[in-house]
Amino acid sequence: MISIVQEAFNPWDVMQAYQQQMAVRVRRKLGATSVFVGSMRDFNQDDQVDRMVLEYYPGMTEKQLGMIAAQANEQWSLIDSLIMHRVGEVFPTDVLVLVAVWAEHRADAFEACRFLMEALKAQAPFWKKECVTGQQARWVAENTEGYKRH
Amino acid sequence: MNQQCDIVVKYFASLKEKLGRSEDYFTLTRSMTVSDVWAHVNPEIAPPEQLKVAVNLDYVSWDWVVKPGDEVAFFPPVTGG
Repeated sequence: MISIVQEAFNPWDVMQAYQQQMAVRVRRKLGATSVFVGSMRDFNQDDQVDRMVLEYYPGMTEKQLGMIAAQANEQWSLIDSLIMHRVGEVFPTDVLVLVAVWAEHRADAFEACRFLMEALKAQAPFWKKECVTGQQARWVAENTEGYKRH
Repeated sequence: MNQQCDIVVKYFASLKEKLGRSEDYFTLTRSMTVSDVWAHVNPEIAPPEQLKVAVNLDYVSWDWVVKPGDEVAFFPPVTGG
């Protein structure tokens, strides 16, 4: 499921509700669940960030996330996946993104969850504008590298 | 074929603020790539470095040829998650 939401959400409640609505025969096959939760920090580049505004491209964002999820399904053996992303005005400690993957085995769950998150960061049209104490609001220029370089 | 159709051009995030508008519309009268589309609606401004472009909700390259009825979008690198 792909979901873009304006209101604050509790990722653990969302996970529990989502899993509860799965058919019992599906739930009995779940051997591994992998979850990534991304939250808003109160700092960036040594500045205190008071709040952010998250913009997106209605239509394209959902389409790109759907394509990413379909790619993950082709590449790994998955039972289900969930991507929920916040937009609008957000504050420190708010959850910005939830990625969850259900599979029979952990390798598929771990790897697909990482793939979904990194692909979302690279492709999904969202933009963050930071409101920094004592400064004009500024757009975040680009995302940091997700995979460590050795 | 000389069919007149509208093209919608959308801008997002810092680009939208820089240009001071979120959309442009024009009528396609000749074959155009997305690079031509940018030059047509922003004749005085070179496209910012790293600018991304999409047509009908999919990423495309700057030499992609648009069709009547297409939605073209320009935006800076994405920063979600």
